[in-house]
Amino acid sequence: MNVLADANLRLDAGPVDYVLLGFYFVLVLGIGALARRSVSSSLDFFLSGRSMPAWVTGLAFISANLGAVEIFGMTANGAQYGVPTVHYYWIGAIPAMVFLGLVMMPFYYGSKVRSVPEFLLRRFGRFAHLVNSLSFALAQVLIAGVNLFALATVINLLLGWPTWVAIIVAAAVVLAYTTLGGLSAAIYNEVMQFFVIVAMLLPLTIVGLYKVGGWNGLVAKLTAANADASAELHSWPGSNLTGIANPVLSVIGLVFGLGFVLSFGYWTTNFAEVQRALSAKSMSAARRTPLIGAYPKTLIVLLIFIPGMIAAVISPELAKFKASGGTLDNGVTYNNTIELLIRDLLPNGMLGVAITGLVAAFMAGMAASVSSFNTVFTYDLWQTYVVKNKPDDYYLRTGRLITIVGCVIAIGTAFIAGQFNNIMDYLQTLFGFFNAPLFATFLLGMFWKRMTPMAGGIGLIVGTASAVTVDILNRTGVFELSGQGGAFVAASAAFIMDIVISVIVTLVTAPKPDSELVGLVWSLTPRDSLKHSDTGENAGWYRKPVVLGVGVLVLAAVLNVIFW
Amino acid sequence: MIEPVKKQRVGLFDLRYVLALLFVVYGVVLTVMGIAFTSQAGLDKAAGVNINLWGGIVMLVVGILFGLWARLRPIVVTTAEPADDATGAGES
Repeated sequence: MNVLADANLRLDAGPVDYVLLGFYFVLVLGIGALARRSVSSSLDFFLSGRSMPAWVTGLAFISANLGAVEIFGMTANGAQYGVPTVHYYWIGAIPAMVFLGLVMMPFYYGSKVRSVPEFLLRRFGRFAHLVNSLSFALAQVLIAGVNLFALATVINLLLGWPTWVAIIVAAAVVLAYTTLGGLSAAIYNEVMQFFVIVAMLLPLTIVGLYKVGGWNGLVAKLTAANADASAELHSWPGSNLTGIANPVLSVIGLVFGLGFVLSFGYWTTNFAEVQRALSAKSMSAARRTPLIGAYPKTLIVLLIFIPGMIAAVISPELAKFKASGGTLDNGVTYNNTIELLIRDLLPNGMLGVAITGLVAAFMAGMAASVSSFNTVFTYDLWQTYVVKNKPDDYYLRTGRLITIVGCVIAIGTAFIAGQFNNIMDYLQTLFGFFNAPLFATFLLGMFWKRMTPMAGGIGLIVGTASAVTVDILNRTGVFELSGQGGAFVAASAAFIMDIVISVIVTLVTAPKPDSELVGLVWSLTPRDSLKHSDTGENAGWYRKPVVLGVGVLVLAAVLNVIFW
Repeated sequence: MIEPVKKQRVGLFDLRYVLALLFVVYGVVLTVMGIAFTSQAGLDKAAGVNINLWGGIVMLVVGILFGLWARLRPIVVTTAEPADDATGAGES
């Protein structure tokens, strides 16, 4: 953290930059205040009263993830690994989002559950539900802390405030609009944040490319500076990203570990994401949510890894750090990539927009964590196990109160996040622990009616424990995977162990009767209840989920070929 | 939105007007900066590109487009549908 107190990273912000940032805050809090008028029940607060149009939930869907993970972590990946960063998007996120929209959303939205853990409760009963609710709530406050830490470093850079002051101030702003307007305020702000983030990344990319002499200039400079430049300029096999030298194993690690397990686990079962789709106003809009979000998701990576690569050649500090193999202690790390670019490329005016974009990104990430944490805590923990059968406004008040508690805990976890060199490693590890086994359990549970409640719970525990074990073995040097391959292997282990254990436990325990599984398991659900309306505002071939889904897969495949 | 009390708009206020406001204000500020107040040092930073001017113009256009979209396709009030449709029950 003393790295960031270093004066050479201080941005030269002028009055106009503060005006632009200030105006943004006025709109953020204004949205919170306006959204408050629409909150009259707990469903309004936690799920926006299921009233949102698809383009809003679609953009909020990706914006909820466009926090510390994307902006700091992915530009850092771009600077460190180059083109292989795209795998997090084109192999990772996109297929998973299409799968969510086409296959899983009908179960989520159709069963009218209010959260992902609630789906587990209906499918597997209390054991699995409690395991997942607790681990999800814990993960979200940790992730909120990561975002908060990153946000605080930005304010620290900009204003020179001590990190702890910045953390508390940032938490207060997010807290203000999420307690006032609930999920509606969070979603509306996420959409606005999305546009502001693009308004930050697009000028950085254009000016950066201009400065290095276009893509060819970037390739030439990168080749001159690095011995292993070809690994950074081609997406496959991505050995530098996975840390797996064998190209075949590296591709398997990417496709199975990152693409299938980690990304499907994250995008299809993470309630912070799925919640945005559940707030859509109809089944059609809910299915289109991840599919509409997938298009900007496919393209935005271009505005993330390219600036990262540019920073590694035009920023002298970062270039030196990279040349030293990441060991030089000169006050910058890969995590500073985006800040260095903003400092070096943007004049006052656009600088203010960029600072606003960074602040927006972190608030989006934190608000997503907080607004999903309060929902799971209130519906899945408090209402289900602690205080049942109270009137609805009791749970609305609980939700507002727990939002405050969540923010306070996040402030504590913000300090944990400061300990890691690459925030992405830390987050990937977390996702591996929580999401990969969950995806395995959902996949089995949705398509195999025999799977028993006991198998659901034990599978999750064993899966998570497997991920932790692999992670510990990797960290203590029993086997060594540099890069991010360790997280891919841990997630894969969690997935496989979850499947194996679930099948074994299922065979020796009693399943739920079929009548309780209608709407939750594929083979027992009437096909009509999974369909969506295609008349009125849901009509038109371009609103068909299948068309949208295939379209974005083709787009991602074409881009993959271009950057092969 | 389940409460039948208010009748004016479905889905709270229109976000598109907020986005229009944001981008028109940003666009005007940046365009003015680009025309009159961007120093030579600022231009040099951005490799000679007047990013304030170009960025400002693009944002202005985006802001106006959001305003037009909201104006031409206002949110429709669907009073005819049953109240519980808001929970997704209306899908068949």
